[in-house]
Amino acid sequence: MFLSLSLICLTVALLLAQVNKMTATPIAEAKAMKLQNAIREVVPAFDNDPVAEAYRMAGGSGDSLLVYPARQGDELVGFAINSYSNNGFSGNIQIMVGFDMEHHIVNYAVLQHGETPGLGSKMMEWFRDATRPSQSVIGRDLSQGALTVTKDGGDVDAITASTITSRAFMEAVNRAYTVYSGSMEDAWSGATTATDEETEETTNEGGIGNE
Amino acid sequence: MNKKVKILINGIIKENPIFVLLLGMCPTLATTSSAINGMSMGLATMFVLISSNAVISLLKNVIPDMVRIPAFIVVIATFVTIVEMMMNAYVPALAESLGIFIPLIVVNCIVLGRAEAFASKNGVLSSIFDGVGIGLGFTLALTLLGASRELLGTGKIFSQTIYPEQYGSLLFVLAPGAFIVLGFLIAIFNKLQHKKA
Repeated sequence: MFLSLSLICLTVALLLAQVNKMTATPIAEAKAMKLQNAIREVVPAFDNDPVAEAYRMAGGSGDSLLVYPARQGDELVGFAINSYSNNGFSGNIQIMVGFDMEHHIVNYAVLQHGETPGLGSKMMEWFRDATRPSQSVIGRDLSQGALTVTKDGGDVDAITASTITSRAFMEAVNRAYTVYSGSMEDAWSGATTATDEETEETTNEGGIGNE
Repeated sequence: MNKKVKILINGIIKENPIFVLLLGMCPTLATTSSAINGMSMGLATMFVLISSNAVISLLKNVIPDMVRIPAFIVVIATFVTIVEMMMNAYVPALAESLGIFIPLIVVNCIVLGRAEAFASKNGVLSSIFDGVGIGLGFTLALTLLGASRELLGTGKIFSQTIYPEQYGSLLFVLAPGAFIVLGFLIAIFNKLQHKKA
């Protein structure tokens, strides 16, 4: 009895180890591919390898986010930022938000979510429907202030019957933007040597925005 | 050969796991929000059923009675893990949309039920046929359920638009819709069965 069960477990373990070895590379490739595609989708055309140049950047509250800088030649053309929210209807939402160099959202891609199919899951397309400017976030200038849904006094139409998902989505986009502002400061002041003065200037601009 | 066909038909109609036995309701209700999800869930389960039925009927004389349940579970879990790894490697989008329900095939009572009730008492070939039959029954039921819910909820079948989305009722994509549609499908299935008998 003991022997036969042990034997079965041993055989099975060997088999699984083999399958794991076989599928490890395709799984890693599929993941890398997905990341690459998401970045390509959300930033202007680039010719560097954003994944190789990725770095972590803290922004406001919560964890630091991964930033993928996109360059065309030597010039920065945009940032793809892997942002998240823990306030989705079914927990964590991961999105990739792309910005150009003028604080505008280029596009976004939803990487992972557990929202209700047919309701919250609509966020994959909802916020980039170009035919409906009141619900699309594409091309919005975030230096004019954070995005909020109309129910909270903002100007983005929430997904019908999915306000919680929409709020979480906005939270993730705004979180990406704080990190983006940080990255922009770094980029203008020559990498990490931002002085206090420069930082202050940028925050004022972003905060009031009335020139 | 005739007997084998009988086993096959038995799984699809007379002992259909969803409409007659009412087994494995959790993945049935949760994954059938669209026809394609229902079908892939059914196919994944069918693969596990066939493989585990075959292996268990091969091992039935080696496994002592006292440890048969753990032994069956180990065999089933192995095949489920293989399916999961393969899906992650080659169809990542599908693996994502089925999510936790692929690993949960392990505890699907149909799989263990067939191992215990059929494979541990019959030969390899019959057990494989039983796996195919029950698996097909499960897949057909899930696809039908998924297609009905997708049609009523979003006006599409397999993502092909049948009528405009705004006339669909969202309820059918959500959990209550799953129960309602399943109830009606069982009723229709029973009606047809009785007519035949």
